[in-house]
Amino acid sequence: MSMGPGVVEGYRKVAPVVTRDGGSVTINAGGIYYRQMNEAIRAAVADGTTHIVLDNVNGQRYIGTGVSAKGVKIDVHGTAGNDLAMFMDGPTIEVFGSAQDGVGNTMNAGKVIIHGDAGDVLGYGMRGGSVYVHGDVGYRVGIHMKAYENLVPIMVCGGKARDFFGEYMAGGILVLLGMNTQFAEQPLVGSFVGAGMHGGVIYLRGQVESWQCGKEVGITEATEEDMAALKPLLADYCETQGTDLAEVLSVPFTKLAPFSHRPYGKMYAPM
Amino acid sequence: MPVSFIQPEFKVKIDYDKCHKCGRCVQQCGWGVYNFNERPIPDDSKCRACHRCVTYCPAHCISIEKNQLAYRDNDNWSPAARKAIWRQAETGGVLLTSMGNPLPYTRIFDQLLLDACQVTNPSIDPLREPMELRTFIGHKPDSVGVEPDGQGGFRLAEGEGLQNNLTLNTPILFSPMSYGSVSLNVHKSLAMAAQRLGTFMNTGEGGLHADLYPYQDNVIVQVASGRFGVNQDFLNRGAGIEIKIGQGAKPGIGGHLPGEKINKEVSSTRMIPQGTDAISPAPHHDIYSIEDLRQLIYALKEASGYKPVGVKIAAVHNVAAIASGIVRAGADYIYLDGFKGGTGAAPQVIRDHIGIPIEIAIAVVDQRLRDEGIRNWASIIAAGSIRSSADVAKAIALGADAVAIGSASLMALGCHLCQSCHTGCCSWGITTQKPELTRRIDPEWGAEQLTNLVHAWSHELQEILGALGVNAIESLRGSRERLRSLGLDEQTNKILGVKPAGM
Amino acid sequence: MITRPRYAEESPFKIHGGCGLMGICDESGTLMSGEDAILAMAVQHDRGNGLGGGFAGYGIYPEFPDHFAFHMMYHDIQAKEESEALFDEYFLVDLAEPMPTRPVKGITGAPLLWRYFLTPYPNKLEESEMSAEDYVVEAVMTINSSVDGAFVASSGKNMGVFKGVGYPEEIGHYFRLEEYEGYTWTGHNRFPTNTPGWWGGAHPFALLDWTIVHNGEISSYGINSRYLEQFGYKCTLGTDTEVAAYLFDLLLRRHKLPLELACKALASPLWDEIDRMPASEQALMRSLRAVYGPGMLNGPFAIVLGLNGGMVALNDRIKLRPLVAARKGSVVMVASEESAIRAVIPDPDALWMPKAGEPTIARVKGMDWPIHGDLHLSPEDISCAVTGTEVSCDVVEVNA
Repeated sequence: MSMGPGVVEGYRKVAPVVTRDGGSVTINAGGIYYRQMNEAIRAAVADGTTHIVLDNVNGQRYIGTGVSAKGVKIDVHGTAGNDLAMFMDGPTIEVFGSAQDGVGNTMNAGKVIIHGDAGDVLGYGMRGGSVYVHGDVGYRVGIHMKAYENLVPIMVCGGKARDFFGEYMAGGILVLLGMNTQFAEQPLVGSFVGAGMHGGVIYLRGQVESWQCGKEVGITEATEEDMAALKPLLADYCETQGTDLAEVLSVPFTKLAPFSHRPYGKMYAPM
Repeated sequence: MPVSFIQPEFKVKIDYDKCHKCGRCVQQCGWGVYNFNERPIPDDSKCRACHRCVTYCPAHCISIEKNQLAYRDNDNWSPAARKAIWRQAETGGVLLTSMGNPLPYTRIFDQLLLDACQVTNPSIDPLREPMELRTFIGHKPDSVGVEPDGQGGFRLAEGEGLQNNLTLNTPILFSPMSYGSVSLNVHKSLAMAAQRLGTFMNTGEGGLHADLYPYQDNVIVQVASGRFGVNQDFLNRGAGIEIKIGQGAKPGIGGHLPGEKINKEVSSTRMIPQGTDAISPAPHHDIYSIEDLRQLIYALKEASGYKPVGVKIAAVHNVAAIASGIVRAGADYIYLDGFKGGTGAAPQVIRDHIGIPIEIAIAVVDQRLRDEGIRNWASIIAAGSIRSSADVAKAIALGADAVAIGSASLMALGCHLCQSCHTGCCSWGITTQKPELTRRIDPEWGAEQLTNLVHAWSHELQEILGALGVNAIESLRGSRERLRSLGLDEQTNKILGVKPAGM
Repeated sequence: MITRPRYAEESPFKIHGGCGLMGICDESGTLMSGEDAILAMAVQHDRGNGLGGGFAGYGIYPEFPDHFAFHMMYHDIQAKEESEALFDEYFLVDLAEPMPTRPVKGITGAPLLWRYFLTPYPNKLEESEMSAEDYVVEAVMTINSSVDGAFVASSGKNMGVFKGVGYPEEIGHYFRLEEYEGYTWTGHNRFPTNTPGWWGGAHPFALLDWTIVHNGEISSYGINSRYLEQFGYKCTLGTDTEVAAYLFDLLLRRHKLPLELACKALASPLWDEIDRMPASEQALMRSLRAVYGPGMLNGPFAIVLGLNGGMVALNDRIKLRPLVAARKGSVVMVASEESAIRAVIPDPDALWMPKAGEPTIARVKGMDWPIHGDLHLSPEDISCAVTGTEVSCDVVEVNA
């Protein structure tokens, strides 16, 4: 991105170079401001392009944000910026690299596959679709995921997670595998797991101490029925992430589910 | 001559069409309002508007109304002022009353507003995220000395770190109220609640009854001028010790528990003979000056193996300087009682006209201790009409470490603020020793009521902290930046260290 | 009539704002161009609003390693003359020159920017019976408090702060940072919610060789500042950064806490966690928290402390502000966003998100660590030095 001595620029507010190859469009996002890059993405989608490749991405925000389209695939090469796939409704985004904070924020449908790690506050208010992270994730992952009618959001994280995993969770399926991690010595997940959880289900591959969990969740070993339901989802994850399903299934899963859909009913006294 | 110029304050109305004639009102009233002659007949002059009969009437047919006697308008001579004159002309006595100051002084808490986070920093969700209320009462060093632990880490150096503090799960304690002024069942309720809540009750000056020994780790024992029930065993049992100099309802005034309240149990707890008056002198006669206080503080520390020793004073005009002296005398906490604080009995003139508001006292004491660089040396407990969790939050934001609740805790047990504790006839069984009345409080129920109240306030405090965007009470403590005043004058704002709303 | 600004008084009220930040340190002491720092901040452009940007570089003046490098901001020539007269009183001035700058679109209203390489007059230093550091801080204090329209942006050895009103990449270009080489750089992008009119209010905030950049909003500012006032510090800038700087000064220099523990005091573990610790550690943490509770920084923050010995990054105890760290060989880098790191280090050996409240520390080989061992001034002097407020004489004796 250096443009010669003394003229270092982060992003240039110019249209990116776009090359077309049949039904596929490649956008060179290197050094391009997010707004111009995303305009190129939307233009390609409007043209009926079903496969968009973003090269040299580094930190551009809002990739796939607000894009409503079925059958569109976006490949991201590099580090995806904040709010990846926010409000997204339909497309598949595959990130060959890591993602930052806020992936899948209020996402409605579609699929996000991240081959690296991801940051804090993933899937905030996510209502549908799926997010598959290969590696570690940060704080407040799966926060307030919710389900509505036939929309059930799914998030699978292959590494380890920090505090507040599944906080306020109201629906959907949140899975943590603890396999592809750079924090081998650290616990699978931090504290306050499922704090405020009142819907949906969390599966952890391995054990969790009760002090790590919110007081609103019940901790049980996943049953054969649970695993049977979970298996197709894990198989799909493994296929996209190149993870060995047998290894995933070689460790017993813990299931966290809320005691109540109304955890705070007793806390308030009407006057 | 008329029997009295003073007419009944209340009128007891019974809807006899609904009345079951069950006589429960007769049985419930501690003041002897009712006679029963085929139906209950009330004597209005005895009614205190305590609502015991109203609450227990199965037919809901009793109502208590104000006696709306018209007095010729006179803003200067209120009906209350006229009644006081008449009462004193009839009796020649000092007017005696109970509970807190009811006069319409400025309520500063009601003119302070708390802040909340919007955008620039986030509010925090108290239901799901940690929201810490843990509070330590006691001396804290200015710094923490550490040394390498030989394994690449650090540990406290010898003699360093936090020592001899009381740990509270919530910054709310129960105020001192003596066994004698309140019933044993009230004391048991307070002690059980304190244990369940992880906080402390305070014996007041009447000793510690043996029934409370199981809860002694959650009891602060009080040493007052009468030294009732104070012996080595008493000091050993308390988790902390408090020297009572004065209280907000009657600064500078001693106490007097009449002999008729000194029954066998009270007698054994106070270690005085049955039936004698329990008289607390106005001052401690071993404390005539600040250096004497130091001597007593260290006597108690020596005797108790260096338990935290606090000093309770009424908030008076020069409270900041007094507090500084108390802290320098070695007190681990200073308990400030504002002029609206409650009491079992006090001369009305003292209760209503002496002392200063607790809000002011907290502000000036906290600032003075900071100015002198000794704020860490002692904690501040604030009391004197803490009415809600909002008052708790504001008191803490002004600089208190914790608050103590007396009137509010008695209200949780049924007190309706009829201000007649001194009669010993409390229909709710709180401020009485009459067995037929004291058994009205089941300690298990009482503990539940008190626990509920403090839990509810603690939850509300957590909500307030969350709105303020902090997750620990120490980040609100003394943070006057999070308060604004509304309608207070500039000088008061300056004294409180608070900006007016809009600034 | 022209009234010159009192540079200390940016705002009588608490200043709100968010931000982005970066820090990079080569622990081997190898020098890096300032271009990397600019690039890392340029990538985080949208984290600021153009009302403040700045950098600190360490190791940038190898030709003057033992001089105190003063970066000065002057409102006008009179402020410059008055300040230089003071320099002449205190120091041997080995070089005085305008800061090299270039015109950059968007940068306007710059003060007069000069730098000086100074050594204390040996005889005066001896007479003063002070350490050289104390002597320098006293000079800084004198200038900031007695010369209207003059502000000392930095005053450490072999380091300097470059800051102003603008986006950080613009400020970096303006100061020609690509022409400097340092072993540590920190950078900051400011998003104040008011409109500061002066360059001194940008980050980094500096005292001698210490600098602080900070992202977030400390919700406990009110009690943090009152706590510091108890020790004599005067929090007159109304910024969280100032409070953080004084807290580090108090804990590290005056109370001699090890850096790791100072960080634990400022971003304390939760009680639940403390209660699960082994007894000895529990006693220590319990004490730290009970004693330093009023100093705990509560609310969202990420902070990078730079100093000649290296760099420390820390964020709040429940991770309300982003912070990413990476290592490549001997280079440690932190930033608010991973992309900022990847722009500089495309293929790090490791890249991770530090845990809430756990410091990321880089120490430069062979450099002193930590901090201001030779500084003995009182908090009043320290805060007066950095903010330019005169010491009020009603400060009550402090027992600490």
